[in-house]
Amino acid sequence: MARMKFICDAERCIECNGCVTACKNEHEVPWGVNRRRVVTLNDGVPGERSISVACMHCSDAPCMAVCPVNCFYRTEEGVVLHDKDVCIGCGYCSYACPFGAPQFPSAGTFGVRGKMDKCTFCAGGPEANGSQAEFEKYGRNRLAEGKLPACAEMCSTKALLAGDGDVVADIFRNRVVQRGKGAEVWGWGTAYGSKTDAKGAKS
Amino acid sequence: MSSFQRLTGIAIALTVAAGLTACGDKAQELAGQPKFDAAPYTGTGVKVFTESDWKAGDKNSWAQQLKTRAQYGQNDHSRSN
Repeated sequence: MARMKFICDAERCIECNGCVTACKNEHEVPWGVNRRRVVTLNDGVPGERSISVACMHCSDAPCMAVCPVNCFYRTEEGVVLHDKDVCIGCGYCSYACPFGAPQFPSAGTFGVRGKMDKCTFCAGGPEANGSQAEFEKYGRNRLAEGKLPACAEMCSTKALLAGDGDVVADIFRNRVVQRGKGAEVWGWGTAYGSKTDAKGAKS
Repeated sequence: MSSFQRLTGIAIALTVAAGLTACGDKAQELAGQPKFDAAPYTGTGVKVFTESDWKAGDKNSWAQQLKTRAQYGQNDHSRSN
């Protein structure tokens, strides 16, 4: 098995926020905290693109590098997790992260002391797999249940892919090769209209 | 006792006191290291939430379960063609 990875297909994402909702529901994430969110570029302009963003479980994670108490660890599957019992809530990780993944809840079990919270790739934390303590601190451990992250499995257009890096890369590659680009993409003309240049070619 | 002897005595006492100060310092290593985290293929032990197509503790069957699930759940090309 390779490393666990997320890929978001910007051609498919329709900004429905189903991934955000699935994540919040699955892990009972408190109000004001979004482990995952959808970012839209050129919102409202033809050709706008949306992408679902959360912790990308970096192979060389900057949050791990800057953490002064060394609360992060990487699992054998390449998932970057952290220990909330060690975290001091300093926020260095949030400055270091290029995706804005670290969140600082103000309510809940660890909210009062400002412990950092982030996407766990639905892999829980260092507490016993499937335990109540793990759920309260980190949410469900779907990987240990033989499932993939809820955000990707609930994605209505299958824009968000999650799982073994080799597997999701193959799915994405196959998809891109088959659908083409620009006006060739199915549904593009319906959604945005097709432009015709002077030679009559569609773009 | 001469003033020289007194000064020498004070200097020795200060040196010893300074030397012993380090003995009272607390260790400065990182107090918290992440706890041991069990591998996901060991399962949760909660049968109702666990998929039944793999065996807890068997890494290969767990990896195969995730691959199969990814293909079925996310590869719509293979499902529609």
